[in-house]
Amino acid sequence: MTTGVIFTLVVIGGALAYFAWRSLRGKEIDRRLIFLVIGATVALPLIFPLEFEHQPSPLVERIYERIEALPPGSQILLSYDFDPGMAPEVQPMADVITRHVLARGHRIAFMSLWATGQAQLNQTLNNVIPVDFPEAEIERDWVNLGFKAGNEGVLRVIASDLPKMFPTDVEGRPTAGMPALEGIRSAGDFDLVISFGGGKPGPREWILFVADPTGVDFAAGTAAVSAPELYPYYPNQMLGLMGGAKGAAEYETAFMGQYEQFADMPSPGRRIMGPLTMAHIVILALIVLGNVIYFRSRRERGTA
Amino acid sequence: MSLDIGVWIGALLTLGIFSFLYRDNPFYKLCESIFVGVSAGYWFCVFFFDNMVRKFYFGVFPSEAGIEPKYFLIVGAVLGALMLTRLIPSIGWISRWPLSFIVGATAGLYMMLFFVSNGLNQVADTMLPLYRETAGGDFDPAETLGTILVFIGTFTGLIYFFFSKEHKGLFGGAARVGIFFLMVTFGAAFGYTVMSRMSLLIGRMDFLFRDWLGLLG
Repeated sequence: MTTGVIFTLVVIGGALAYFAWRSLRGKEIDRRLIFLVIGATVALPLIFPLEFEHQPSPLVERIYERIEALPPGSQILLSYDFDPGMAPEVQPMADVITRHVLARGHRIAFMSLWATGQAQLNQTLNNVIPVDFPEAEIERDWVNLGFKAGNEGVLRVIASDLPKMFPTDVEGRPTAGMPALEGIRSAGDFDLVISFGGGKPGPREWILFVADPTGVDFAAGTAAVSAPELYPYYPNQMLGLMGGAKGAAEYETAFMGQYEQFADMPSPGRRIMGPLTMAHIVILALIVLGNVIYFRSRRERGTA
Repeated sequence: MSLDIGVWIGALLTLGIFSFLYRDNPFYKLCESIFVGVSAGYWFCVFFFDNMVRKFYFGVFPSEAGIEPKYFLIVGAVLGALMLTRLIPSIGWISRWPLSFIVGATAGLYMMLFFVSNGLNQVADTMLPLYRETAGGDFDPAETLGTILVFIGTFTGLIYFFFSKEHKGLFGGAARVGIFFLMVTFGAAFGYTVMSRMSLLIGRMDFLFRDWLGLLG
């Protein structure tokens, strides 16, 4: 354990002990002090990295196994349905899935139902594909269909006729005849569809308008806040789910463990799990502390 | 430390928004106003160029020969223009027509899909045999326990929302079990929400320390 990590634990532990001491003496804690401690709880493990072991959960493992099981050259649709607000959680999933899909030799069609998703998609296209897969060719190995306005209307159309909605890619090249979209008439023709998002339209709309009507295999990577509402669709209407940064970290662990050439790749999902875990511990401690004070004051009122 | 002006602007705006945690102040108000203004301007441009220019204008007046004009788009454009009548109080009632069209079309679009995906399929996924087996035909205790819990949770949860009978006796006991399951659900949702909000904070911290200050490798 490094000095930095010990320093982090001492600072956080000391702050919690101070809160407990003040609260149990019946004194208020300035809310700004709580904000400061949460800020330190998040900042210190970033500066002095704190790493934890991650085991892929069955929900994440099923997505990983599905991509592994598909024969090379399979066609996968990745939809970037998120904005910068969700990016810290969802972008790592999108990047690692893109790496996995291309490392397996599959073909990708990228698209977005969110206007802001196009900018997030560009991050993958600029930071992942040219760096890790310089041999991957546009049109042959991947195609960027881009953002299309229309929300559920877009899904309604591509469920039956994808070329009608996307006659050209984002740069105006005709999609007809592109090897990456060979044999694709509708979204149901893909071997796997994955939506990264958490808002509306997002994974839920993909299930309603595409996955259920066409029967295509569907998985989702979502911001944690949206994960609970997607659980009911697992496992029959959705084969897997990556929920929040934890889901991203689990997928990165599975991928980096099996593909040695990517063992040192950037793993933002795993990196933020250190601060995230510490923040959860502090918040849990504050909830426990708040309850202790509440029940104590109630008892005191009862005896008074 | 970064020499990129864009990173500096982003960092100062982030700090400006964070400053609200101390107390309301003019720097925060400035950053908030910039955020609202930039967002509104961004979305206006996106929707104007995607819908009005790319979809409508080039749909009705195709730029390439041989492409059939889509005159039906004019109907949508007229309905969209009617929405603006809300700005003139004397004829504002006309804006209800396009609104009613949107509500009706959305309801029609969703009705059957909701019924199938969120109704029939969900009910089918809940009505499973309580005794579960592995792929090899052996008893699967984890799946069996999970299915029993889903059954009890769904059944007692529905009882809790059945208000035609007073929650007393066995019925009341079942309703209390239903509350327990609801509380677990809300707790899980709260935990995930905390995780999401903290991830957002970590994202901004990572930006400040890595991209702006260059403290992280």
